[in-house]
Amino acid sequence: MPIGFDTDAKINEYAHPEVLVTTSWVAENLNTPGVVIVESDEDLLLYQTGHIPGAVRIDWHTDLNDPVRRDYLSDDAFAALLSSRGISRDTTVILYGDKSNWWASYTLWAFKLWGHSDVRLMDGGRDKWVAEGRELSQEAPEVPQASYPLIKRDDSALRAFRDEVRAHLGSPLIDVRSPQEYSGERTHMPDYPDEGALRAGHIPGAISVPWAKATNEDKSFRSRAELEALYLGENGLTPGDNVIVYCRIGERSSHSWFVLHFLLGLPNIRNYDGSWTEWGSLVGVPIVQGTEPGSINN
Amino acid sequence: MTSLNDQLETLAQDFAALSVPQRLDLLLEFADALPEVPQHLTEHPDLLERVVECQSPVFLLVEVQDDVVTIHFTVPREAPTTRGFASILHSLLNGRTVDEVATASDLIPDSLSLSAAVSPLRLRGMRGMLARIKRQVEQKR
Repeated sequence: MPIGFDTDAKINEYAHPEVLVTTSWVAENLNTPGVVIVESDEDLLLYQTGHIPGAVRIDWHTDLNDPVRRDYLSDDAFAALLSSRGISRDTTVILYGDKSNWWASYTLWAFKLWGHSDVRLMDGGRDKWVAEGRELSQEAPEVPQASYPLIKRDDSALRAFRDEVRAHLGSPLIDVRSPQEYSGERTHMPDYPDEGALRAGHIPGAISVPWAKATNEDKSFRSRAELEALYLGENGLTPGDNVIVYCRIGERSSHSWFVLHFLLGLPNIRNYDGSWTEWGSLVGVPIVQGTEPGSINN
Repeated sequence: MTSLNDQLETLAQDFAALSVPQRLDLLLEFADALPEVPQHLTEHPDLLERVVECQSPVFLLVEVQDDVVTIHFTVPREAPTTRGFASILHSLLNGRTVDEVATASDLIPDSLSLSAAVSPLRLRGMRGMLARIKRQVEQKR
């Protein structure tokens, strides 16, 4: 039986209310059969300091990435990972994490590459749960081994590769990094480690909409009306646009991808996970510096 | 006092003997054990140097008195991995002589079997801390 959706008024304004739940909904469904809660953080030890009771951890780097190639897991490894976390193909997966759900969004995006149908974010993530004084547990949950089927990953609809980005130049691109990274003052986020792009700037034609503009102080998503004003009003996107989003390694842009795809309902939106660490190191590709989007011709 | 190399080797063996989840538990123990900075520094946070290689706001200060090195770190509670790295370096280097710290191996972060547990990317912050400690020691010797 499908697990009920959150009836929260704000959530039900979004284009796809079925992919978001409130902290209250999670608190009421900690023991609901068929629900698995997953924490995905930037700091992977945060889970051990205390997590939502019963939650398991999936780490973006040590779990979701292939240990050798720059790519996501093999289909076998994904099935093994989810099975080990007690997740079956029909499980309702609730994701949450630190940093306004950046990494939880990234994990959700990866789940969608394998077409997991019922995966939802907890609005506000770990910070909101903690701020509300809700229960945390240091106990490692006993997770029954599940049997996740072998699914072939399908990158075509949700993931953009560099050659596709090149072919896309002139169509809508959104750079969700900080203004300094966009303009080319620096190759990485202020206060973050440099992951090694050789050039600074942005992809020609990309508009700058830093990811955090989509969040409130309490780390939850802004309302649908506010998000529409930001993306469709101020930045001129239209719902039919074919859009590619990128950041540095595809994590912040997963957050923006989630907003555009699920909260605003844009059907054609892909995440370029190679992002600046790839584009900024490619030989011969066009790059624009400064605060204007620029075009492929300059 | 055990030599730095001996202490490092013991710690490296301890980490290597553990499973990956146990290594994370040990790292969390270190995180919890990171000493608070003394009052003269909480009142003057401007004296500490920002470790920009870290993903979190991390600050450190090295003090040298009578050839003995004292290291102070501030790392937010919300960044336990980074606290763990700082605490490991503190346990290895605090109280040692200027020469011992100045000549400490740059490979300390790579020698603790943490790469698979936390990812090589996250270890960069620890390298940044170590490099800054060594530079401050050279400046203050």
